[in-house]
Amino acid sequence: MTKSFGSVVAVDNLNLDIAEGEFFSMLGPSGSGKTTVLRLIAGFETATSGTIELRGVDVTDRAPFDRDINTVFQDYALFPHMTVAENVAYGLRVRGVPRARRREIALAALESVALAGFGDRKPSQLSGGQRQRVALARATVVQPKALLLDEPLGALDLKLREQMQVELKELQRSLGITFIFVTHDQEEALTLSDRIAVFNAGRIEQLGTPAEIYESPASPFVASFVGTSNIFEESAAHALLGVSGTASIRPEKIVLAAPGTAATAGIVSLPGTIAEVIYLGTATRLLVELADGRRLTVLEQNVTTRADHDRRGDAVLARFATADLVSLGSVG
Amino acid sequence: MTPARRISVFLSRFSWARLILLLTAPLFWLGAVYIVALAALLVTALWTVDSFTGEVRIEWTFDNIVDVVTGALYQTVTLRTIGVALLVTVVDILIALPIAFFMAKVAGPRLQRILVVAVLMPLWASYLVKAYAWRSVLSEGGVWASVVEPFGGQTPGYGLPAVVLTLAYLWLPYVILPIYAGLERVPNSLLEASGDLGAKTWRTIVSVVLPMLKPAIIAASIFSFSLSLGDYITVNIVGGASQMLGNLVYTNVGAANNLPLAAAIALIPISIMIVYLAAARRSGALENL
Repeated sequence: MTKSFGSVVAVDNLNLDIAEGEFFSMLGPSGSGKTTVLRLIAGFETATSGTIELRGVDVTDRAPFDRDINTVFQDYALFPHMTVAENVAYGLRVRGVPRARRREIALAALESVALAGFGDRKPSQLSGGQRQRVALARATVVQPKALLLDEPLGALDLKLREQMQVELKELQRSLGITFIFVTHDQEEALTLSDRIAVFNAGRIEQLGTPAEIYESPASPFVASFVGTSNIFEESAAHALLGVSGTASIRPEKIVLAAPGTAATAGIVSLPGTIAEVIYLGTATRLLVELADGRRLTVLEQNVTTRADHDRRGDAVLARFATADLVSLGSVG
Repeated sequence: MTPARRISVFLSRFSWARLILLLTAPLFWLGAVYIVALAALLVTALWTVDSFTGEVRIEWTFDNIVDVVTGALYQTVTLRTIGVALLVTVVDILIALPIAFFMAKVAGPRLQRILVVAVLMPLWASYLVKAYAWRSVLSEGGVWASVVEPFGGQTPGYGLPAVVLTLAYLWLPYVILPIYAGLERVPNSLLEASGDLGAKTWRTIVSVVLPMLKPAIIAASIFSFSLSLGDYITVNIVGGASQMLGNLVYTNVGAANNLPLAAAIALIPISIMIVYLAAARRSGALENL
């Protein structure tokens, strides 16, 4: 399908199959079209051309209220004039469930997201994480076939985000329904998803499992957007690595050795000096400047407590296996 | 240190000085012009007029107020005035809601700006011009008559319906704008969430939009209600023989030359507005103005 806003093509000839019950992420920078795809699936936007099917039924021209899909909004979109329980029960109220019954279901749903006893508060009296859970309860209480999540963790702080990631994953397993998750956070996408679609400029750059996306990125864009990559464009790859086409290597696959370490078959050794040392806690990131001025990012796990003398300026050999190189083709 | 800088340092250190500087002028205005004037009105209502010379005498009495509260004429006119003001308010809100909704949620940014200007445009024309325009529209053989007569209709003529019509027209911008501003503050995602959860358009309006708009609607109603309550010019121009409270005040100040009675009558709309504002305050609407 295609979606244009005026002359701007937000989603360009997209073709996507999402399996039932999978945790599917759409990952990309802002403006890459991922949120538009989500809004097309939800029915908030209508496609310029193409169709959307849900379990084989064409829902392209159906209004949002006619689709068995629910959304968790980025700003949670809780109704401020209703209590938390009324918010959760809203979908049931619309469906004509009697008052007592829907309150019972709503309170049970709140309990399942660890918000028992919060039913009579107003959304404004809750923290961000709690609102997030209310939004989840509200969207799942009507038992949709699929749940759409638009950067739901974006507004939470890091600790809460990590906790909510676990809860989301557990929720998805227990409900057994499809989750379609939009994020610009590559780590989040890798952690949660069964499959990821990486978006760039309205197109899917790559579609695959987290391991496929990370270990064998299909393009320089994916290689640099998902995780960090040291990319060697064609000429440099040929000169330094002896391979043809653009190639990239992940920082954690590079090992630093003392100068003069013997060469080994299948291992590339590039001499350089350490330009910058960034301590990250679990790991240390180093920037190694090669003879031609190119900088390699290297990630060392902090397995032992190192003597923290200033390593800047040290001469090293950056070594990695040619087998770990990822070929990105001859474009780029 | 330059004097200007010294003053800045002084002001940044002492917040009470900033406050005084900021509030003296507006507080003076509020005190002198509003409160003192209101108090003067109350005091005047307790005076009397020498029936022989027609001069105001400072002689304390509750007669005027008793007259106004118990007199059949004043009761009828008060009820009529409240009725007209309420009707104008209801008509304006019913017209303003769809217009404001279109402006805030449907129109694109360009059309939105044009519509805001269009809504404000009538405020540039004189009140009198607009009232007389309605007089002409509603006259025998006027625009209204020539449009509806081929279909067997007729002009409502001059009277209370014409007053309601004209006042509703005059205050419409004051009702549209607060409701428009209120709708602007309702995030689109809430409307989408409602639809997403299965609500059709009408249900979304009743369960989400209107409850969230309540403060804005009450704020808007304060404008149309209070402006209608005090009006006497429109009634004179298109009201035929009907009178509203404003007319009674006007005749007592002018023709009847009874300023204390006029003041006592003027206390009626003031008390009505106090009750109305208290009710609005209880609903929490004033916090959102």
